[in-house]
Amino acid sequence: MSTILEMRTISKTFPGVRALDNVSFSVKEGEIHALVGENGAGKSTLMKVLSGIYPIGTYEGDIFFHGEPVAFNGINDSERLGIIIIHQELALVPLLSIAENLFLGNENAKGGVISWQETFQRTGDLLKKVGLKEAPQTLVDRLGVGKQQLVEIAKALSKDVKLLILDEPTAALSESDSQTLLDLIVELKARGVTSIIISHKLNEVRKIADTVTVIRDGATVSTRDARKEEITEDGIVQDMVGRSMENRYPERERRAGGTLFEVENWSVTHPEHADRESVKNVSFNVREGEVVGIAGLMGAGRTELAMSLFGQSYGRNARGTVRIRGREADLSTVGKAIASSLAYVTEDRKELGLILDETIERNITLANLPGVSNSGILSLQEETRVAEKYRDAMRIRTPSVFQRVMNLSGGNQQKVVLSKWLFTEPDVLILDEPTRGIDVGAKFEIYNIINDLSRDGKGVVMISSEMPELLGMCDRIYVMNEGAFVGELSAEEASQERIMSMIVTN
Amino acid sequence: MTDSASKENIQSEERSVLEYLGSHMREYGLLFALIAIMLFFQVVTDGTLLRPVNITNLFLQNSYIIIMALGMLIVIVGGNIDLSVGSVMGFVGALAAVMIVQWDWPVIGAIIACLVTGTLIGAAQGYWVAYWKIPSFIVTLAGMLVFRGLSLWLLAGQSVGPFPASFQALSTGFIPDFFGVGRPNVFALVVGAIAVAAIIWMGLRKRAQNRAYGIEDEPQAFFVARNLIVAGALMFLVYKLSTFRGLPNVLITMGILTIVYAFITERTTLGRRIYALGGNEKAAKLSGIPTERLTFLTFLNMGFLAALAGLIFAARLNTATPKAGFALELDVIAAVFIGGASMSGGVGKIIGAVVGAFIMGVMNNGMSIMGIGIDYQQVIKGLVLLAAVIFDVYNKQKQS
Repeated sequence: MSTILEMRTISKTFPGVRALDNVSFSVKEGEIHALVGENGAGKSTLMKVLSGIYPIGTYEGDIFFHGEPVAFNGINDSERLGIIIIHQELALVPLLSIAENLFLGNENAKGGVISWQETFQRTGDLLKKVGLKEAPQTLVDRLGVGKQQLVEIAKALSKDVKLLILDEPTAALSESDSQTLLDLIVELKARGVTSIIISHKLNEVRKIADTVTVIRDGATVSTRDARKEEITEDGIVQDMVGRSMENRYPERERRAGGTLFEVENWSVTHPEHADRESVKNVSFNVREGEVVGIAGLMGAGRTELAMSLFGQSYGRNARGTVRIRGREADLSTVGKAIASSLAYVTEDRKELGLILDETIERNITLANLPGVSNSGILSLQEETRVAEKYRDAMRIRTPSVFQRVMNLSGGNQQKVVLSKWLFTEPDVLILDEPTRGIDVGAKFEIYNIINDLSRDGKGVVMISSEMPELLGMCDRIYVMNEGAFVGELSAEEASQERIMSMIVTN
Repeated sequence: MTDSASKENIQSEERSVLEYLGSHMREYGLLFALIAIMLFFQVVTDGTLLRPVNITNLFLQNSYIIIMALGMLIVIVGGNIDLSVGSVMGFVGALAAVMIVQWDWPVIGAIIACLVTGTLIGAAQGYWVAYWKIPSFIVTLAGMLVFRGLSLWLLAGQSVGPFPASFQALSTGFIPDFFGVGRPNVFALVVGAIAVAAIIWMGLRKRAQNRAYGIEDEPQAFFVARNLIVAGALMFLVYKLSTFRGLPNVLITMGILTIVYAFITERTTLGRRIYALGGNEKAAKLSGIPTERLTFLTFLNMGFLAALAGLIFAARLNTATPKAGFALELDVIAAVFIGGASMSGGVGKIIGAVVGAFIMGVMNNGMSIMGIGIDYQQVIKGLVLLAAVIFDVYNKQKQS
């Protein structure tokens, strides 16, 4: 098998940071090559060097494609050779159709006049190749994230892709959408497309990758060939963090107290379609010191449930009762929900959780400004003291609390969001995908924080699409599907198979 | 680099000073720009710019812009814009003229009625923006047309005036010298000295508190230099004013409002929440912040300040004309952006808006003294606005 890509001794320095240090990386033609490593290890930087986003001259080292030395001045140069990168944040225009998106910047046009017939015909062919059953005229806006990923891949195919780079393609996808996507990547391999896939999900990596390269602190740590040796998740994790991680889910003494939080017959309708119920008659409870999981596929209504409980931030016509420590609670506004000692850590921390342009300090105090003020007048020193306290307690890695949040890594950002909510001194915390998009090391720290909360007698509701995480962390798991709860499992009973079968059979 | 950079390198004093300057480029840059522009015009106008009578004029001419810039900064920080302020200002001035001159209302009653009217206008516009989510650009563009038309209607296309002396005092009055000397006005000097002492005392207190909490502050040399410049400039201006007619009433109004709004934006939960609202409305809402009510309040406040500016403007001209306030919203908005506010909200400071307004004001005044035509004046002001924003964007890119 010949080598399609070779990157030799690549180094790249940002002001004050050596992001890549003599990285060598080679990919064989026709394989699926997984690139793994903690956030900030340098994976994305390496891929940006490869795709020309960081042009020649801004890094040291050489790149060979099909054995020829190449130098890219921009993404157009690399695309011309068939190297196409699909970023984690999708680059589609929501209010244009699938067809328009596919050929954006590359239209089927003569003299600037678009031939729609040809466009739609080619779109139809491409969609068939990626297995997406949608009309070419459908607006991208209407598609879920999973289908949008497929559109991105179709777009790559339209450019005659030779080497496809996917940056965390399944991070925002449900299990079934992930599966579809992974199948597609394997299928593309059969058609001769080489892929590099950056992923945090090691089970997926193990399933589809032919070769796994681990990067840590800007340097290549190991490259393993699945065709020659068996690749284990533990082995990869060990390379990623530089230490063995015996147990990915820290132990916690399980000791649930009295009932803390009860929801009874909770229903909410869709904000635009009053006849559509997003949450149907849901009842559940959380006891003191308990970590309760809500499992389900993407779109099962878990976020909708959480947000509607938290000050009716989602949907309309919320019905049902909520009791906290046996007393009926009024959660009709976010302010009242916070006052009832409820906290909700959102799924989308950049859009909904943080003010990226503001400092760590100001983000931490935002939900409880009265806690650092006196009759409406802020004590700036007290505010700094509080922020420093959480920085130490949560191990937020930053030189100072005056750093802007946008400069932090995903894991540290998540710790800032958690700090913000802990400062409101809640009794019940709803954590919506608390470890999405953060690396193994930071995940472990978040799990420890969750265990600490449980030890302090707080009730934690954990929504997650990663089933192993729920199985590893929760005392009880509720299973949600199509807006309704379809089952409840204790930690002993629960397994991925049982959860899936509950979803499928209901 | 942010403040943190300086924190880590306390050892190498020199480097930390440079880094501190780099991270606060915007704030110092603005102050330096104002000083440089003033010196430039002082030289090219052969000393006319800083003559006592001209300094007095500078304050009188720019008072209404500055007062509106305070409100506009808050609206823009909240993520909106108000295009109607010029028209509202003109309308309120016209209303005052009609009430006082034509209907013989007592001055104080008319002033209160006018302020209430302005506040209601702000509330009406804020209602649509906040609770109906109609873009502020559109609502206030409509407001701009409506109140421009209503001023014309109210004045029946005529100028109405003159006002009684008690109303004119709003703008052209001076605080008498309680010490009886007259010239120089000792009272003005005393007020200036007290202000300087207060600024230094508050600065020292903040440094002491920061040290007690272990928070790194600006380098000592900077603190001293900045305070010396500010104190020197303030005493210089006050001295000049004292040799003319003393402190204009409107300067006191402006000064107090600036302090109040700076305090609200920087030191209160209310102010902090407005920054959060502009920074990320959804995140603010999910943090329990009543975003709608705050947006509403920013416009209500803007209406109040536009009304106050309208009264001062009418008092200064001693007549209300249908053209009063025409296109003034653009000067106000330009001042706020020169002062470092961000179009997307969440960023900007009161003091920046005030300095921005003074930069515009000094340029207007200086160029007029030089006899530069209105045509070139507009071109130069436009370029200065563009340059200030480019400077901002450049700085931001360098940081990241």
